[in-house]
Amino acid sequence: MINFMRYKWFFFLFSALVIGPGLISLVLFGLKPSIDFTGGTLWEIEVSQQSAANNEQVEQVLEEEGFSSEVQSSGENRFLIRTMPLDVSQKNLISGELLKVVGEFAEIRFETLGPRIGRELLQKALLGVVLAIFALAAYIAYRFANIVYGLAAILAVFHDMLVLLGTFSLLGYFFGIEIDTLFVTAVLTTLSFSVHDTIVVFDRIREIGRKTAESNLEQVVNQAVGETLVRSLNNSLTIIFMLTALFVLGGETLRWFVFALLVGTITGTYSSTFTAAPLLLVLKSLRGKTLGNS
Amino acid sequence: MSFTPIRSLILISVLTIFAAAVSGAGFFLPKDLSFQIFDRDFSRDLSLRQGLDLQGGLQLVLETDMSEIPGSEREDALDSAQSVIERRVDFLGVTEPFIQTSRLGDSYRVLVDLPGITDPDEALKLVGQTAQLDFREGENLDQRTGLTGKDLAKAAVEFDQAGKPQIALTFTAEGGEKFAEITGRNVGKRLAIFLDDAILTAPVVKEQITGNAVITGDFTLEEAKRIVAQLNAGALPTPILVLERRQVGPTIGQEALAKSVAAGLVGLALVIFFMIGNYGRLGILAAAALVVYGILTLALYKLIPVTLTLSGVAGFILSVGMAVDANILIFERIKEERRWGKDLKVAMELGFGRAWDAIRDANVATLMTVFILFNPFNWPFLVTSGMVRGFALTLGLGVLLSLFTGIVVTRTLVRVFYR
Repeated sequence: MINFMRYKWFFFLFSALVIGPGLISLVLFGLKPSIDFTGGTLWEIEVSQQSAANNEQVEQVLEEEGFSSEVQSSGENRFLIRTMPLDVSQKNLISGELLKVVGEFAEIRFETLGPRIGRELLQKALLGVVLAIFALAAYIAYRFANIVYGLAAILAVFHDMLVLLGTFSLLGYFFGIEIDTLFVTAVLTTLSFSVHDTIVVFDRIREIGRKTAESNLEQVVNQAVGETLVRSLNNSLTIIFMLTALFVLGGETLRWFVFALLVGTITGTYSSTFTAAPLLLVLKSLRGKTLGNS
Repeated sequence: MSFTPIRSLILISVLTIFAAAVSGAGFFLPKDLSFQIFDRDFSRDLSLRQGLDLQGGLQLVLETDMSEIPGSEREDALDSAQSVIERRVDFLGVTEPFIQTSRLGDSYRVLVDLPGITDPDEALKLVGQTAQLDFREGENLDQRTGLTGKDLAKAAVEFDQAGKPQIALTFTAEGGEKFAEITGRNVGKRLAIFLDDAILTAPVVKEQITGNAVITGDFTLEEAKRIVAQLNAGALPTPILVLERRQVGPTIGQEALAKSVAAGLVGLALVIFFMIGNYGRLGILAAAALVVYGILTLALYKLIPVTLTLSGVAGFILSVGMAVDANILIFERIKEERRWGKDLKVAMELGFGRAWDAIRDANVATLMTVFILFNPFNWPFLVTSGMVRGFALTLGLGVLLSLFTGIVVTRTLVRVFYR
């Protein structure tokens, strides 16, 4: 039997190394919110093949009409314009000017939201996350009357959340990747994956603890981790296959949503075995000490 | 009747064939299904419904400005605004529009989905204007009388002695005078009420009316209510503000859908190779169960029906990866039981039995999250975004259905074919 738990501090160190940069980025730069949360306009247009228009020209058209904007190329002959909320007349005005500069263009999509809707969505999303965490915590509490198990599972959930938020903070700072409503969806989904993986491992720990006379918890955890590792890994691999295919081939619209799910699945799988299980040991021994002292 | 493996297999096959027919409808079978069971007719359009982000269209969150409307009448005014917008959308000729009201604190909103709109700016102009009500007279009912929505205090549904619905109009003091004058010169002729320059109703004036008027006619209660709502929208006009506008061109969604389907097929192939590589003949059976899963899911989408969004497609693709979870849990358990010295047949049955707890637990957490994301009771404090819901719906359905294919279907296949 492999003595996984001998390396528990190494696992914690590894987590710290992964979370560290993301956490620093979160504190320093935060996350880059999309118009879903801030309000604004997202306008994607496709110009004709012959058009030699570039980002700067498009940006300048908006500038001249008094709208500061950020223009990206989003594919061949496609421009993605980000600016403040536009109403119909403002949009028509800009359309007319754009036509003169870039020639005929087709509208791929146009999204505009007032800042109030953005604030509401942010509140709703945060409430959703809080509710989900409470629901998952309640479920864990119900499944494991023992507080130490519950605490370890919840800490693993926070571990995964930090990995995901940190990753997107870095992506936002370096590559301008934004978080939107779907990112929140991805966070909630991966939290539930993380919890179910952890439950599988913890169930096995309790099962072995009951069946064998083994009183050394470290031995029990080692055996449980050994027995569930392949299963957890295989379960996650099939999900990872599907998500990777979607990330690579699935097109632009959902790419970063899928990436968030992918990161969440990987960290969720890792944390169940290499964070929650060793944390259980550490928490148990801490509790043992305080009990002994009192 | 006991479920012997062979009988289960036959039942599953019948179910799968039925599901395959439903799934195939619209591709290589006619998309309309109609049949009779006993004396009841069933008729369903079995095309796969595509959400606005896939087929293109316009999505609006409109806020009605209630500052002029007294608090007690705001709910009615919101219904009126909805009714007026529905009428305008009818005029646009949108198929399958979705119009819903929503209230968040002091904000009264109308959510409008217009799939397949080709000129969104024009549509928005029409939908977003303030309701204009006026009364017209003359031979062709085209002469304005000067009596407008401002003169109408309110409209209400009433019932005559026979219990038939009729529409009561209450005018303002000034409006009442104008109305008396207009009806005075139009006795025996029609007087038309126009909303947004389209005729709403054109009753015949029986006599000069001073004070309040009643419109009688062969209305059903529904019709009367609808007309009243529209009259009230003209009487108490609520200016409309666009809070959110999302519009997708017709091509981008189809492009993204094609890419997602391709990605899903590649992923499916990877999962099947992986299962066969890892579990050999058991893996082949799991792959067969996975195909059954795909067919059943597609059929279910059409029967419920589920309006598929791009995020919903992602949820489905993710659920394919999760659908083999149950198989993996069971197969690993079988391996373990074998390792502990159990005979193959015993190990198999034990594997299916003992893996159940883990399978159940693995899915409860996901279903709880799906519940919050899908927000089935439309709680205004949670997200109601179509993207989020589309994902939650397909993921949730996937989890439930994969319990069936992962356990029942796989167990049957294993019992019959794995000896």
